[in-house]
Amino acid sequence: MAQKSIKFSKSPLLSERLPPWRQRLVLVVLLGAFVALIARSLYLQGFNNEFLGDKGRARFERVIDISATRGRITDRHGDVLAVSTPVRSIWAIPEDAQLAPAQARSLAAMLDMDVREINRKLASEREFVYVKRQLSPELADRVTALQLPGLHQKNEYRRYYPAGEVMAHMLGFTGVEDAGQEGIELAFNEQLSGKAGSRRVIKDRRGNVVEDVESMHPPLEGKDIVLALDSKVQYLAYSHLKHALEEHRAKAGGVVVLDARSGEILALANLPTYNPNNRVKLIGAQLRNRALTDTFEPGSTLKPFTVALALEKGKVRFNTPIQTAPGKMTIGTATISDAHMHGVLTVAQVIQKSSNIGAAKIALSMTPDEMWTMFDGMGFGAPLKLGFPGEVGGRLRPAKSWRPIEQATMAYGHGISVTLIQLARAYQAFARDGDLVPISLARVDAPPVNGKQVFSAQTAQEVRAMLEMAVLPGGTAPKAQIAGYRVAGKTGTAHKLEGGAYANKYVAAFVGFAPVSEPRLIVAVMIDEPSNGKYYGGDVAAPVFAQVMAGSLRTLGVAPDAPLKPLVMTSVESVREEM
Amino acid sequence: MARLNLILVMIALACALSAVGANHRARKLYTELEAVQKRMRDLEVEWGQLQLEQSTLAAHVRVEKAAREKLGMKPPAPGRIISVDPVAGN
Repeated sequence: MAQKSIKFSKSPLLSERLPPWRQRLVLVVLLGAFVALIARSLYLQGFNNEFLGDKGRARFERVIDISATRGRITDRHGDVLAVSTPVRSIWAIPEDAQLAPAQARSLAAMLDMDVREINRKLASEREFVYVKRQLSPELADRVTALQLPGLHQKNEYRRYYPAGEVMAHMLGFTGVEDAGQEGIELAFNEQLSGKAGSRRVIKDRRGNVVEDVESMHPPLEGKDIVLALDSKVQYLAYSHLKHALEEHRAKAGGVVVLDARSGEILALANLPTYNPNNRVKLIGAQLRNRALTDTFEPGSTLKPFTVALALEKGKVRFNTPIQTAPGKMTIGTATISDAHMHGVLTVAQVIQKSSNIGAAKIALSMTPDEMWTMFDGMGFGAPLKLGFPGEVGGRLRPAKSWRPIEQATMAYGHGISVTLIQLARAYQAFARDGDLVPISLARVDAPPVNGKQVFSAQTAQEVRAMLEMAVLPGGTAPKAQIAGYRVAGKTGTAHKLEGGAYANKYVAAFVGFAPVSEPRLIVAVMIDEPSNGKYYGGDVAAPVFAQVMAGSLRTLGVAPDAPLKPLVMTSVESVREEM
Repeated sequence: MARLNLILVMIALACALSAVGANHRARKLYTELEAVQKRMRDLEVEWGQLQLEQSTLAAHVRVEKAAREKLGMKPPAPGRIISVDPVAGN
């Protein structure tokens, strides 16, 4: 190297004096940069750390939704009447779902669908199509195993009603969003429906949850509802009503079974009905819960109330004679009549023979106010407030507007309308010792001892004796008798009101209770427009009552209170000897 | 002084390692808990399905049909029923 090397310390550049401001400038700029950095990091870490914190968490934390199941509905013995089970729906993004013909064929075979239908769905312009909804989880797993592109699955719940049409009106059903739409499902929707929850977790690279950060909203499972309903009694009521409707070619009908001691609704059947599991072709008539939402003129089934009031007010006694001849009676401009002429009847026989004139004469011995107060006390004219959707109260006009003819006809159940459940409930007064207890859809574990007293115990017992006469030979409903049990009840046959006038169509009814020595069940039967010749309550409704009552008493193990005449004497002897 | 420092460093190291170990165990246990809870949910679902199946099989329509048609059963005639009084027993 020609040039002479210069040592660093001797570099001539070092001896050059720089102006001192340059040094300070660099120092200030560098310090300033540090301060800015510190300030920024302080700001990000200390004062405004939300944003970055969220970004960080978003990289390893996930929010998982936890679905809640809708509660079950069971009968009083715990038999499941409605239950939700998970199902899966298969949906697709048509743009991504480009299936080979073989793939489409195997999918179609698995889903039991037409290949063309699948292809049509997947050719859709939309971004989301359901391929098939509500599949069983096993089938859905097999579809997953096909590993088809663009197909996804979604968890849903489907509600099943194992009893089908037998309890359709009582239970109702739920809609697509699993919310109650009818019946118990709607009435108890709040308790039944759960509330979905969610929680935040940390997931590892394989997607396993490794840590629970917090559960934000724990899911609220729907509560199970235990109904008062007894599914055996319900089935008896439904099947006997169905046979009767077919036999008499009637338009509709209803049966209500009440426990006289606790006020529980053991069965409530309506026809026509529908299958809640398959509601494709539903019409309004099938959906109607007639026992609660339809009113009818109860006819003679109301006579016992008139008589009970007269007994209570001391106007008549059990054996007071009443002249019903000549079977016709004119009040004002209208004439009322009996179906058969009876002559002089006692008050008890007025009930037994169901004399309109007798009942009218008894009614006219009282004031409209007294009668209105009694009907109101029985619960007529106002809904029972069971919480059931669409429940109505019937029609009971204020006493001031009653004309004498109306007071007379109301004594035997015309000019007033009630629902079947109101009628059944009112008969509690006779089945019990003159008191009414509230009726209940849900199971009652502690039965009420005393209800609202509407008649004295003595009046109730006297009317009970009259009602027993009505089903014995000489009464209007011998067909209501049951072997082994003493039965009491009253028939009713009413013309139907159509457009303000009475038409030649009938409503046949029967309300009664058994066993008379210690009433346990009240059964009310209503059959709308029987049109196969017979239409009297004693011919049409009473046999249904007898069948339902006999089966229910046996099912519930109620001890017989009337002697059974055994046909097979030997077997009786052998049993007696063993005891 | 140096020895004390060494001991403190060792303790700190042991604590750190055990913290790591505890965290790992916690996560493992948590995964187990997850699995068991999933099984619980699955069993609950299965229980619901079994209840449904039971109700369907025990439906009164089905039972009555089987009793009448397959087994040839019928309700006893009133005269063939003997009422056994529970109090009069023995």
